[in-house]
Amino acid sequence: MAAHLKKRVYEEFTKVVQQQHEELSAKKLRLAKPSKSAALHVDLCKAASPADALQHLLHFARRPVEAESVEGVVRILLEHYYKENDASVRLKIASLLGLLSKTAGFSPDCIMDDAINTLQNEKSHQVLAQLLDTLLVIGTKLTENPPVRMRLVEVACKHLTDSSHGVRNKCLQLIGCLGPVEKGVAKEAESQSAKDVQKIIGDHFSDQDPRVRTAAIKAMLQLHERGLKLQQAIYCQACKLLADDYEQVRSAAVQLIWVLSQLYPESIVPIPSSNEEIRLVDDAFGKICHMVSDGSWVVRVQAAKLLGSMQQVSSHFLEQTLDKKLMSDLRRKRTAHERAKELYSSGEFSSGRKWGDDAPKEEIDTGAVNLIESGACGAFVHGLEDEMYEVRIAAVEALCMLAQSSPSFAEKCLDFLVDMFNDEIEEVRLQSIHTMRKISNNITLREDQLDTVLAVLEDSSRDIREALHELLCCTNVSTKEGIHLALVELLKNLTKYPTDRESIWKCLKFLGSRHPTLVLPLVPELLSTHPFFDTPEPDMDDPAYIAVLVLIFNAAKSCPTMPALFSDHTFRHYAYLRDSLSHLVPALRLPGRKLVSSPVSPSITPNEDPCQQFLHQSLERVYNLQHLDPQGVQELLEFTIRDLQRLGELQSELAGMADFTATYLQCQLLLIKALQEKLWNVAAPLYLKQNALASAAAKQILEETYKMEFMYSGVEGRQVVIIHHMRLQAKALQLIVTARTTRGAEPLFGMCEKFLQEVDSFQRCFISELPHMQGSFVDKLLDLMPRLVTSKPSEVVKILQTTLRQSTFLHLPLPEQLHRATANIIEPTGESDNPLRFTSGLVVALDVDATLEHVQDPQGTVKVQVLYPDGQAQLIHPKPADFRNPGPGRHRLITQVYLSHTAWTEPCQIEVRLLLAYNSNRSKAAKIPKSTWSDSMEALPPSENGIEGTIPFSKPVKVYIMPKPARR
Amino acid sequence: IPHLSSFSLGPGAGQDVGRSCILVSIAGKNVMLDCGMHMGYNDDRRFPDFSYITQNGRLTDFLDCVIISHFHLDHCGALPYFSEMVGYDGPIYMTHPTKAICPILLEDYRKITVDKKGETNFFTSQMIKDCMKKVVAVHLHQTVQVDEELEIKAYYAGHVLGAAMFQIKVGCESVVYTGDYNMTPDRHLGAAWIDKCRPDLLISESTYATTIRDSKRCRERDFLKKVHETVERGGKVLIPVFALGRAQELCILLETFWERMNLKAPIYFSTGLTEKANHYYKLFITWTNQKIRKTFVQRNMFEFKHIKAFDRAYADNPGPMVVFATPGMLHAGQSLQIFRKWAGNEKNMVIMPGYCVQGTVGHKILSGQRKLEMEGRQILEVKMQVEYMSFSAHADAKGIMQLIRQAEPRNVLLVHGEAKKMEFLKQKIEQEFHVNCYMPANGETTTIFTNPCIPVDISLGLLKRETAIGLLPDAKKPKLMHGTLIMKDNSFRLVSSEQALKELGLAEHQLRFTCRVHIQDPRKEHETGLRVYNHLKAILKDYSVQHLPDGSITVESILIQATAHSEDQGTKVLLVSWTYQDEELGSYLTSLLKKGLPQSTA
Repeated sequence: MAAHLKKRVYEEFTKVVQQQHEELSAKKLRLAKPSKSAALHVDLCKAASPADALQHLLHFARRPVEAESVEGVVRILLEHYYKENDASVRLKIASLLGLLSKTAGFSPDCIMDDAINTLQNEKSHQVLAQLLDTLLVIGTKLTENPPVRMRLVEVACKHLTDSSHGVRNKCLQLIGCLGPVEKGVAKEAESQSAKDVQKIIGDHFSDQDPRVRTAAIKAMLQLHERGLKLQQAIYCQACKLLADDYEQVRSAAVQLIWVLSQLYPESIVPIPSSNEEIRLVDDAFGKICHMVSDGSWVVRVQAAKLLGSMQQVSSHFLEQTLDKKLMSDLRRKRTAHERAKELYSSGEFSSGRKWGDDAPKEEIDTGAVNLIESGACGAFVHGLEDEMYEVRIAAVEALCMLAQSSPSFAEKCLDFLVDMFNDEIEEVRLQSIHTMRKISNNITLREDQLDTVLAVLEDSSRDIREALHELLCCTNVSTKEGIHLALVELLKNLTKYPTDRESIWKCLKFLGSRHPTLVLPLVPELLSTHPFFDTPEPDMDDPAYIAVLVLIFNAAKSCPTMPALFSDHTFRHYAYLRDSLSHLVPALRLPGRKLVSSPVSPSITPNEDPCQQFLHQSLERVYNLQHLDPQGVQELLEFTIRDLQRLGELQSELAGMADFTATYLQCQLLLIKALQEKLWNVAAPLYLKQNALASAAAKQILEETYKMEFMYSGVEGRQVVIIHHMRLQAKALQLIVTARTTRGAEPLFGMCEKFLQEVDSFQRCFISELPHMQGSFVDKLLDLMPRLVTSKPSEVVKILQTTLRQSTFLHLPLPEQLHRATANIIEPTGESDNPLRFTSGLVVALDVDATLEHVQDPQGTVKVQVLYPDGQAQLIHPKPADFRNPGPGRHRLITQVYLSHTAWTEPCQIEVRLLLAYNSNRSKAAKIPKSTWSDSMEALPPSENGIEGTIPFSKPVKVYIMPKPARR
Repeated sequence: IPHLSSFSLGPGAGQDVGRSCILVSIAGKNVMLDCGMHMGYNDDRRFPDFSYITQNGRLTDFLDCVIISHFHLDHCGALPYFSEMVGYDGPIYMTHPTKAICPILLEDYRKITVDKKGETNFFTSQMIKDCMKKVVAVHLHQTVQVDEELEIKAYYAGHVLGAAMFQIKVGCESVVYTGDYNMTPDRHLGAAWIDKCRPDLLISESTYATTIRDSKRCRERDFLKKVHETVERGGKVLIPVFALGRAQELCILLETFWERMNLKAPIYFSTGLTEKANHYYKLFITWTNQKIRKTFVQRNMFEFKHIKAFDRAYADNPGPMVVFATPGMLHAGQSLQIFRKWAGNEKNMVIMPGYCVQGTVGHKILSGQRKLEMEGRQILEVKMQVEYMSFSAHADAKGIMQLIRQAEPRNVLLVHGEAKKMEFLKQKIEQEFHVNCYMPANGETTTIFTNPCIPVDISLGLLKRETAIGLLPDAKKPKLMHGTLIMKDNSFRLVSSEQALKELGLAEHQLRFTCRVHIQDPRKEHETGLRVYNHLKAILKDYSVQHLPDGSITVESILIQATAHSEDQGTKVLLVSWTYQDEELGSYLTSLLKKGLPQSTA
């Protein structure tokens, strides 16, 4: 209805322009269509030689063809195809057919018969393969049509006996992509060729050409992916393929075996050359483990990766993967890991190694040693020792996944993971540290292991150290010596790399709160207190001392006896730290007079956070008071905003929530202020200044709404509606202001129309939410819609103005979790006085290191902006690989920005900052209606709500640079 | 026809470590693999006995080529003696790094024997140079045609820089000789790799035949930890090494550790051979491991940042330091000098990275002796810590098995190891791969029979025609083909019979078999014919069975006629006639008919 009415608006105001435009485009279309196919026809007929024809075709392929004219073009091509003697030209035509059938909006079923017919008389294998490829394209476009698919599969089966590998390859691919998956349909309706695609494909597992074998396995996997349940009988065949001569066959076979092991984990298979039987998943596990020592590293990577996802394997087999059964001179030997464990359990920790300490002990029965066919034996030991780091990383990942599902395995693989901390490639080290963190709740580190872990703290790579801190945050340590050791090493780290301060403090915070009882006995030593003597008061600004205090205070939180051990100055320091580093130091219940420092009153139950309560109370206050006189509302809003902002600063957990609501209230305040201007009804030109204020307000509201929508993670549909609603109001305001300031109705036409369009799309997007918006601006507006679309712009403006004033203030519901995206540039620090000198015209690389929090999809949205003193701005998209993900919700951007400029006479500062790019098309708003609106939404032209922009979300950092003139 | 090909084991090696030298005869070609010396002897026994190869006549005439697997002296030490003093002028093959480093080591060896020990009748520097002129360098995976029939190909072997395994191939018979190899990568070299070349014989070293080693990482970590701790304490670390091979690995290990941990203590390397050798390590980056290969664009790992050349005066410097010094067993030279200076301080440490021969200082301190008697009746008290850290670069039992699995040989021959240990491995190999395994003693000859395949040319037309007849071609199964084998001018060709006739100028003769089958059947001839027809039609569904108007039956091209017996009208005689091409079907039909016709068919 609205759309129809809108059309009438168009007719009334913009008749001439619109029609002309349409007329023009239609003409163009009509001209283009015949010319293209006709030209092709002429070209092809004129072509003197095959090479010539090929040239024409190549040229033709470069331009797109409209969907309507595809069929015509195809006919011409086919006609020429039959006449053509040269295979290469036919090949090109065949490939063009495939290309054309891909054209969006074209349904290729009309050309399918012709395409199949061409197969009949074709002699060239290459052309045949290409034609089959074309059929595959056609088939994939017509997946909804079973008879077509069946027909294509039959065609493919017929050509399976071709002597060329290429043709057989394509046939198998086609069968894999189009073969019937639904059992019922296949059986009743189709001929026998269709009945058992699995058998047909399976027969080609023993084809003479490795490429065909690979294609057969791939086709089988394709069938599996499309939902067909593969038969267990294939398992034997697949196992044989593991010994194939060609790596691509083996690689595909490993995948197939994995798929089967997931399908039939519990079936029983016999062990050859014995009458025992084992579960299929165990057998498959053993076989894939075997492939970890394959000759080709591609296969090894593949095998190692797949091992990780075989969680159903029995623990007996799993633990074998870590056991290599060492021996020396036929005597059983213990691994270094076992020896370390023994040393540890015998209490004698550090003994200097003597020669022959690792001397082998017991004799081995020579018959019982199995050197190679031992299945899973030592697979991970091999994988972790592999020469290619790709394999090692895959093995570490697999270890991680298996350890997450099996605590006992986690305990066992610990030694190996710790060993990987010394890998020569940083990526591997990093990966193994991350892995360890992921499984840390399953494990407790032994002291000797902790020792090795801590040794890595001296690594010069910041990534490694931070990952390690992260790991220590969630590690369980078994002894107080362990805690002490960790503290000592962390302090050593702190002196060596002072920039790690924050990270180390945070690490100690968690270490303390996890092990209060282990910290307790260490307190006197750590605080260097003495029962009789007063010791000097430590320097409060020493980061190392703060680190110790952070550890102790966090431990004290759940250990009430600890504060008794503190000396006076410790309490003073506590008060200071609680205030200055509130995120690291928890609130403590200290005895007696020291209670002052803690604001926590005992009456509040722990699960009801007072801050949260405060937040909700203040919001309720605002929402309830909307009928007060405007002055009062304004004041209240101002106070609330101030409160919220302060709350956000104090309570980091609530910062996102508080900021979000504060921003919303700010928008509301701006809107009210703008509408409160008493002079709205007076003729505009006299009050330009006031209008400037109102238009500025509208502009700011718009900006803020974008921030609200895109800078916070955890924003849900309900919030998005409110945000969009606010934006709509801002746009209405803008429209009114423009109407006031500009003379003549001409430009207003466009604006009004655009605004109405937006109201329309708002209605369409959020139709489900409209009932919740009683009495709001948009609610009223929609009631007035029929009047609006017929009115003249001046009237529209008037209506808008009154609606805007009368509309009520919408309650902003808060989601569970809300976090504001923040960025902090660590490097460059902006403190350097030494300008970065470089020759003008050349580039200089500036290292940028920043932490991002709560940014979703940083690869796509985060940009670096460089502002030069001359106002020139440069936007840089960092590479996806520059983002690391050290923990959930956090990212780290380490990238290089290339700067360049013409020569300057003296050094000057440039500004570097991070921007968050958004595109309202990709926004949450577009995602929500998709569930309710399926087709109509997608057809919406993107320009309508596709607003792209950027929000700066980090403090700018100044960098001193100096482009020197080039020396001649 | 089983073809005889003998692989004989030559003068050295066998069940012994040191003095590798193997002689292989393959399809009439003689190849000598490695030409090593024995470190333990100073008399004639140090070189292989080359008179073993040929008693009279020149070596050059007898040997087709010599292959050197890597630059260790127990694999190449006798080369100048062999080529210049005994006299061999044929080609010598080795990889580029081996060719570069080998003369340095030979020259060093010569200096020690001649200049220090004062021996005469030893090869000279000029001889080394002349010998190296005969060397042909090969690349990895490059197939080198030694002569028309003999070809060799090198595979990566790990172990030391430039170490290679060689495949020697004559016709379709082949041998793979591994030399020394390592299946686990280390800090500067990758792991040995070979494709599925399925040689007739794999000659593998078996130094660690009965050992399965622990992961290398533990050892590396221990090593680094010990060095790090000592340096942090302010102590000095002495690492006695041999100049080449392990030394570079340890250097890389320490260098990267220093880099990673931002350590400042100096590391020194006693000069000499090393600088030259390091130069070659820098050059042959492609022979190193993945990490070094990938990062050399930014920085060549062998351009050490933290490792500097050692000067004698540095030993007295205060503060921590790490020194690599030669020789490795602490029996003489710089390493011993430094050891004497540092032994008294318990803060210091000596790390022995390898095996020490009995009688050397290294051996003594490793076995726990704390008081050493030095020359001049001096007693040296050893207070410094003594550590042993083995970094060996040979494949262990598992590694050997892995290589066998990769190459899939038909026979395995173990050399370069101790007899008792080899026995165990031999048993395992036979048990798990079901291939023959040999372990000859020194000077023993092993003969292995092979089933050589003989390539035959076939015309494309015939191949296509024959493959079209059967069902799908199956890679693994042998296929029956009809054709004529022509052996002419040392070549084999399979051609169709028509073409063979044409080529030989012969007329075609047809050979027909006929057979009479007697059947008891009182009915008329044509009725019998009809019955036979129905019977055959029912059984031979896949063949075309036809009943001709004259009463005869054809199955494909086989003719069957039923006639009444001249004497006994109740007996019918079936005349079956087929050409020799249809022999299979024909004999099947006769046996079928001999069983008689089923009674039920009326």
